[in-house]
Amino acid sequence: MAHESGSHHPSIPALEGRFGEAVQFHETTAGDQVSVVVDAARIREILEWLKTEPSQHYEFLSDLTAVDFGGGRPLQVVYQLWSLAHRRSLRVKAELPLDALEIDSVEPLWKTADWLEREVYDLFGIEFRGHPDLRRILMPEAYAEGHPLRKDFPLRGRFSRAEQTRRALRQDVEDFYIPLEMELGREPQLVNLSSGDSEAASADAPSED
Amino acid sequence: MGLNDDRALPGGGRSARSGGLFGAGGPTFLTTKVDFVVNWARRNSLWPMPFGTACCAIEMMAAAASNFDIARFGMERMSFSPRQADVLICAGRVPYKLAPVLRRIWDQMPQPKWAISMGACASSGGVFDTYAMVQGIDTIIPVDVYIPGCPPRPEALIYGLMMIQEKVRQETLADHAVNRAEDPRAVARPRAGDAEVKGLTGPFGNSTRQNRIAGLVQSDRVDRPDDRLP
Repeated sequence: MAHESGSHHPSIPALEGRFGEAVQFHETTAGDQVSVVVDAARIREILEWLKTEPSQHYEFLSDLTAVDFGGGRPLQVVYQLWSLAHRRSLRVKAELPLDALEIDSVEPLWKTADWLEREVYDLFGIEFRGHPDLRRILMPEAYAEGHPLRKDFPLRGRFSRAEQTRRALRQDVEDFYIPLEMELGREPQLVNLSSGDSEAASADAPSED
Repeated sequence: MGLNDDRALPGGGRSARSGGLFGAGGPTFLTTKVDFVVNWARRNSLWPMPFGTACCAIEMMAAAASNFDIARFGMERMSFSPRQADVLICAGRVPYKLAPVLRRIWDQMPQPKWAISMGACASSGGVFDTYAMVQGIDTIIPVDVYIPGCPPRPEALIYGLMMIQEKVRQETLADHAVNRAEDPRAVARPRAGDAEVKGLTGPFGNSTRQNRIAGLVQSDRVDRPDDRLP
């Protein structure tokens, strides 16, 4: 019943017509949220088509996350898309078996996927192929206890509290940042009006008075 | 005692013989104990170093604002530089990622210094008995006053600060070298030893059940006799 009404969404028949077998399942949840599960191996291709095809035009990636249902079931990577042109939303999911947690990065399509994929990598341990800077974003860089949002992760962590405290204080605060970020923090980021190229800019700009 | 009354002006009046603190003809100086003067000065100008990380910090801001106004008690301004601060107010939850930051700020504060742990999360981890949270900042830095509450009202923070003032009043310079000595090896190290951390951070509630399921050993009872009242 629930997945019958998904066919009213114009993107579902379009996706099925274009990609055939790669579109595995679709359903409607929470009233009007249409989700479609697709083949993880072709996710990059499918999302690129959804973004660039004029009849779809999902140019906004509003969220990228993952779900672990536990019990050895596959992890789902969830892409929440929004089309500003057509005012439509679509949720695309890809399932990854626990022994092959790898999927193509969509960072080349949406720049916002950079940090979102880092977060999913940090908390679920899913590797994104082709991501430019895949490292932890929330947990400390030297965190050695695994990926905390996985169902097999104990709530209080894997190490004892004493070991966690010792490791926490051993970390160097500067290690949280890459050299570029450290540089940004060190230099005052004020607009320097007396610098060389601002003269060229002010020649074009209308005068203040 | 009006200001135009020259008895109100120390050393005031027309000459040293008339006027002074104790009336006309009285002495123009007074004797006291160094301890008293030093402690009086310290406790009436305690500058807080705000380390606000959560909702407790909102109450801390309320305590600093005009309704409650901790400036009345000598916390004249929030000192956003640890070098110019006397009392660290840790208001809010502290994750392990922030633990070295808290420790570094504490190490940067000059002696004499005091610490307030404001609210349930800073004092014990609160409801956040998880992989990411420090279970009480007293495993990281020494704490003088714990303020219970979730979050505590501004009155509670003021009461805590007044307890610090009372603690300052009872200090003596004779013990300063002993009480205020700092071991350079302790810089950037946990304050509590492994056994104490284990005792302090014992699981409770849901975590106890989880630990039982996982077969982990239960934590020991905390035993810190110096925390108890005489």
